[in-house]
Amino acid sequence: MTNHWVDIKNTDLVLIMGGNAAEAHPCGFKWVTEAKAHRKARLIVVDPRFTRSAAVSDYYAPIRAGSDIAFLGGVINYLLSHDRIHHEYVKNYTDFSFLVKDEFAFNDGIYSGYNPEKRSYDKSTWGYQIGKDGYVVTDPTLQNPRCVYQLMKAHYSRYTPDMVSSICGTPKDAFLKVCELIAETSAANKTMTILYALGWTQHSQGSQMIRTGAMVQLLLGNIGVAGGGMNALRGHSNIQGLTDLGLLSNLLPGYMTLPGDAEQDYKTYVEKRASKPLRPGQMSYWQNYNKFFVSNMKAWWGDAATAQNNWCYDWLPKLDKGYDLLQVFENMNQGKVNGYICQGFNPLASAPCKVKVSGSLAKLKFLVIVDPLATETSEFWQNHGEYNDVDPAKIQTEVFRLPSTCFAEEDGSLVNSGRWLQWHWKAAEPPGDAKGDQEIMAGIFLKIRDLYKKDGGAFPDPILNLTWKHKQPDAPSPEELAKEFSGKALGDVTDPKDKTQVLVKAGDQLNGFPELRDDGSTSCGCWIFAGSWSEKGNLMARRDNSDPFGIGQTLNWAYAWPANRRVLYNRASCDPAGKPYDPSRMLIAWNAEAGKWGGSDIPDFKPDSPPEDGMNPFIMNPEGVARFFAIDKMAEGPFPEHYEPMESPLAVNPMHPKNDKAKSNPAARVFKDDWSSFGTPDRFPYVGTTYRLTEHFHYWTKHVRINAILQPEQFVEIGEELAKEKGIKAGDHVRVKSKRGFIVAVAVVTKRVRTLDVAGKKVHTVGVPIHWGFMGVAKNGYITNTLTPFVGDANTQTPEFKAFLVNIEKV
Amino acid sequence: MQVTRRQFFKICAAGVGSSSLVALGFAPGEALAEVREFKLARTTETRNTCPYCSVGCGILIYSLGDQAKNAHAEVMHIEGDPDHPVNRGTLCPKGAGLLDFVHSPNRLKRPEYRAPGSKEWQPISWDEAYTRIAKLMKEDRDKNFIAKNDKGETVNRWVSTGMLAASASSNETGYLTQKIARSLGMLAFDNQARV
Repeated sequence: MTNHWVDIKNTDLVLIMGGNAAEAHPCGFKWVTEAKAHRKARLIVVDPRFTRSAAVSDYYAPIRAGSDIAFLGGVINYLLSHDRIHHEYVKNYTDFSFLVKDEFAFNDGIYSGYNPEKRSYDKSTWGYQIGKDGYVVTDPTLQNPRCVYQLMKAHYSRYTPDMVSSICGTPKDAFLKVCELIAETSAANKTMTILYALGWTQHSQGSQMIRTGAMVQLLLGNIGVAGGGMNALRGHSNIQGLTDLGLLSNLLPGYMTLPGDAEQDYKTYVEKRASKPLRPGQMSYWQNYNKFFVSNMKAWWGDAATAQNNWCYDWLPKLDKGYDLLQVFENMNQGKVNGYICQGFNPLASAPCKVKVSGSLAKLKFLVIVDPLATETSEFWQNHGEYNDVDPAKIQTEVFRLPSTCFAEEDGSLVNSGRWLQWHWKAAEPPGDAKGDQEIMAGIFLKIRDLYKKDGGAFPDPILNLTWKHKQPDAPSPEELAKEFSGKALGDVTDPKDKTQVLVKAGDQLNGFPELRDDGSTSCGCWIFAGSWSEKGNLMARRDNSDPFGIGQTLNWAYAWPANRRVLYNRASCDPAGKPYDPSRMLIAWNAEAGKWGGSDIPDFKPDSPPEDGMNPFIMNPEGVARFFAIDKMAEGPFPEHYEPMESPLAVNPMHPKNDKAKSNPAARVFKDDWSSFGTPDRFPYVGTTYRLTEHFHYWTKHVRINAILQPEQFVEIGEELAKEKGIKAGDHVRVKSKRGFIVAVAVVTKRVRTLDVAGKKVHTVGVPIHWGFMGVAKNGYITNTLTPFVGDANTQTPEFKAFLVNIEKV
Repeated sequence: MQVTRRQFFKICAAGVGSSSLVALGFAPGEALAEVREFKLARTTETRNTCPYCSVGCGILIYSLGDQAKNAHAEVMHIEGDPDHPVNRGTLCPKGAGLLDFVHSPNRLKRPEYRAPGSKEWQPISWDEAYTRIAKLMKEDRDKNFIAKNDKGETVNRWVSTGMLAASASSNETGYLTQKIARSLGMLAFDNQARV
């Protein structure tokens, strides 16, 4: 979230799209209720299902799963063509006036530089015109046809209300009503929040759906303000934190990135990431990359990381490609992976196309499960009848199942969606011989380290030199680890303006990332978490819920990254002169007397930069402004374009009926053998979409008695029209099939899933809740991901669980 | 006399009589006349965070026992933390069932091992498990570690063993896991955020 949960109460309009907060995030959704009750805010829900969020909305619009870019592209067109945008904001704080290279082009759904064999783009034309002074060329009059504003206007002019209605199946009047409500928030003192979740991420074009939402918010001036923002409601309690810490194939902590093979030279690696400003007077905060990086290497390798060895740069693994979950299972399926560790992760249930995942696991030599619960993955080799029909004798994988603690049995911090690092305390001992995850990781690592010490082996240096200064080496404590990622001074840290002033003395915990240095004098395991445990103590454990400004900021509750800021980009809540657009919801303002910014939040800005200096609010971008034109950052193009899901009920993409290359995402990665696993509408005519129920959490609560009682048995939801067509009555057992397999479940026939008119044909949706499996105290069921396709978003490789093709029949 | 529920617990703890009638909906004012102590008053209250979705609701865990070294704490009640700025004491149908997660019959209690081709689990000690896993990992790493690619560039990666990290483990666990994985040269490494 750019903002945070309580901040939702400050909004005028809530758009829930690609999520269902009332059911999936009920206690956060109460702030929507609060905004409705106390600010007269309105709620719009756009969803394929009439969810419980929709049930309490002021306006609901149905949409076909997977067509969100068309809908939002239509909103952009409406805002631009009706001139309902926040002019001062877009002119000053976005790339509206930036000129784009003349070679950049878009032809019938495909951008310049496409290579159809590789399904990827040469992005060299996707950039700005750079002047002789090294800065982007701009046209403040916005008349130049190559300026971002003009290109964007032309691009989205094709998304007419009729086109939107045809692609999305949303009635035209419903679409226009939503546009009108959204457009009201273009006023400087009105705002909208967008709440989304896996309903946007789990598409082959999911990242671009989110981008399109962000573009709508930028046009309206709704980013960086109280009650506004792009708010990702994360699915688990700490996937925000684990992502912040870089536990993804290509990441280092704090959104630093691992080098690729070609980046052999350390200096070039840093320079590429430490971008110089692209406009005069801008901050470009990533210029400090080297300080974050060196401090990280010092945290990991201590004295072994020196200026002479480039702070152990060569010790980091380099990427020849991404090794995301789908790529790894593909490799496993090809017999290229021998060992796998699942720590609190249940891929047999969570990953797409169960038959492929199951077959891949069976090719492993060894599998290690670390979990508090008996997961399906841990018994992938066991015959569980119709739900997991395998022959154990044929599966040669060695499996270890190690019991770990759950939340109640450990100390530590989790990061919620609002970026709050909240500390929690242990209440009891774990059952039996279960151990904490830190102890288990240490147990395995120390044995490996001992073997390398004793016998040597492949490149042992990073293993033998890994910092391990724990009072109990076999049980590193949460306090020690939290202090390590928060960071400390190894030598005296001095003021760069006056070297005689010591800011932090050697050995002390740092107060924040401004104190990080690139000379080896600081150590910090995750720069964005810097200061969460300072000499003042564990700030994540703070419990002062006072709210002096009355807008829910609670700056002394827990610790928010970065720098305890609660609303990101908050400089954009003020006009260029530094005055809040809406003083009643003031986040920060320029105080000319004091010569600094301040208010109800920590400024997301250089704290003493006066407005007349012209520094812009988006300090992480070298441009200083937000981008409508994504330059080379996205896989499939600088402006989001509607593409059909990889499995579409339509024969063509209505935007590009004559160009088959532009039917589905041209940059989506599909493994060779998986093309044949995609179904077509002649055999699988209905749109399948998966989701959560309010009574269950993921694949965990089927192990929990009360939730198993609340929702004991697997079901699917279909509309009345489809039920009638197929002769299915409520309560019948049905078989739902995709090209990859089938599940059997009880049918719920409901008005909440409706049939849509899409591009001249009727499209039915089959809703498939995800929560069942063959382990647990609930009634056994089929794993939903038996049905889903093995393909992901072109940027993130997040699987396309929200739109695929199925058929349904009465059993 | 009007007391809030929280004040009421404090009164109970101070030894003034109270009643389980409160649980049936009687107001504290009337219940003060009773003598039986409310059992939550004799528990230890621990502040924690709901492990399910990302709202990060504050919870209060009540466990039996006074945290004495020889007393085995038993979690017997979990409810929303009324001081928490986001959930203000409320919990959803998932969070309200957390007690049954802690005590799920499917909690794993001891390390287990499944041999190739076997139909069953067998017990294994922690030390044996660590030793065997470390041996398997080292063998694979030593055999398949790629120090240099075909072009002779230094790449120092190990991609024949992978790991999926958790979705609800703490930052401290995540940080340690990240540090260990990268020291081994691991790239086939993701967390639940990927899906």
